[in-house]
Amino acid sequence: MRSFTYERARTPAEAAASAMRKPDAKFIAGGTNLLDLMKLEIETPAHLIDVNGLALDKIEPTQEGGLRIGALVRNTDLAADARVRRDYGVLSRALLSGASGQLRNMATTAGNLLQRTRCPYFYDTNQSCNKRKPGSGCAAIGGFSRQHAVIGVSEACIATHPSDMAVAMRALDATVETVRPDGATRTIPIAEFYRLPGDTPHIETTLMPGELITAVTLPKPVGGKQIYRKVRDRASYAFALVSVAAIVQRDGTGRVALGGVAHKPWRVEAAEAQMPRGAKAVAAQLLADAKPTRENSFKLALAERTLGAVLAEAKG
Amino acid sequence: MKSPSDFELSRRKLLAGSAASIALTAAPSIVNAQVPAVEAAVADVSAVWKVSFTVNGAARGLTLDPRTTLLDALREHLHLTGTKKGCDHGQCGACTVIVGGRRINSCMTLAVMHEGERITTVEGLGTPENMHPMQAAFVKHDGYQCGYCTPGQICSAVAVLDEIKAGIPSHVSADLNAPPQLSNAELRERMSGNICRCGAYSNIAEAISEVAGRPA
Repeated sequence: MRSFTYERARTPAEAAASAMRKPDAKFIAGGTNLLDLMKLEIETPAHLIDVNGLALDKIEPTQEGGLRIGALVRNTDLAADARVRRDYGVLSRALLSGASGQLRNMATTAGNLLQRTRCPYFYDTNQSCNKRKPGSGCAAIGGFSRQHAVIGVSEACIATHPSDMAVAMRALDATVETVRPDGATRTIPIAEFYRLPGDTPHIETTLMPGELITAVTLPKPVGGKQIYRKVRDRASYAFALVSVAAIVQRDGTGRVALGGVAHKPWRVEAAEAQMPRGAKAVAAQLLADAKPTRENSFKLALAERTLGAVLAEAKG
Repeated sequence: MKSPSDFELSRRKLLAGSAASIALTAAPSIVNAQVPAVEAAVADVSAVWKVSFTVNGAARGLTLDPRTTLLDALREHLHLTGTKKGCDHGQCGACTVIVGGRRINSCMTLAVMHEGERITTVEGLGTPENMHPMQAAFVKHDGYQCGYCTPGQICSAVAVLDEIKAGIPSHVSADLNAPPQLSNAELRERMSGNICRCGAYSNIAEAISEVAGRPA
């Protein structure tokens, strides 16, 4: 691990301002992804701003009838919150399907959103990777790409976003609240939070330099059957090959987002009009522009069938 | 490098760095990539932080390079070597300790991030003369072969039973809004972050089940 200077921030605005002042600064909260990458010298921050002391660990009701989840709420606490379990079951389920008990006790809500891809070529510093070293090329394209993205890909990157939580957040239309280095705050709809790789895969979100996530807000509960189905190589403690977050109402309408298939949680609102007609119709529209590799085209069939299983479960 | 202890710190880091390079000789191109890390470890050793926390009931104060993980602080600085370093990347669970009543991977967190916190390692659960019920159950059910993952398994298992008691659901809980069951499937899902390379899982599950108060 490269050396760094360390500070404990006292307020969100102070943390953001410090991140702007110090070159190559990073925020650290749970640390479960950042320290992993720092040990491999994939992340080499010169300065770490510990945000654990900021009082951003509450889950509070909003005036609109939703929930405001502090950026530092640990994944375990979010999944176990009685309101989340009752009204946002898809979020509890997504969280519980990810990582291990130990990691969920450490990982935070904001950190989960910001975790980096687990693409093995991103992790191997001997390989070319445009995300790790812009302009160096992509060894995943033409490499072992069974786990990679099938849609929204570019010539520069076919990495997936690894989060389960973010897929549920996308289905729930969550909003990301932030503070910027000048102290100004803003809200970003989750639909506009993640970027597709394009020719700048190293820029993964629409956050500005130094901008700190302070909370994630969920709108008023929408009811319905809420299901998160994750397909993976092991029964537990593995990243998704494909996952489906679904909210299905009694009349068969609803929302659906996919994980494991793209650089961000994949949702196409227009495709949801097809939900009463079944998984095949939804998948046809949701994955219309897919560009799989030879090794991961199975994900298209897997996504459609997983969606079919989820819709059947919602009916039953 | 102002005091003998600082010198020791730097020497230890240098040795650790060298060991990492040697371990990687199977992939020669990686070795070169490791060299700057070793130099950096030596050059910046004087940048230190003070941290105080409670370990197994005793107040401990340390002055550390901020890069020191909680795991390395416990093992290398406090000489509590019960906690083991397996993968050092949060994948195997051998380093599991209980902080503030919750199990975490001590390899994936910096010691300086735990100012004022209460840490329990396997040494704090029980002693050979006065074992924790979970330790006794692991002995009784032969819940190990080589034993390297065992301290992490035991710390994790103790915390798992508290999590079930607290009503925290898991991936296999059928009903999110009902109290979780003490089933074998629940225990296995909750223990999935602790890998046993010898494959003692069935005996580990039996040991935990006994402490949980149900037959395996």
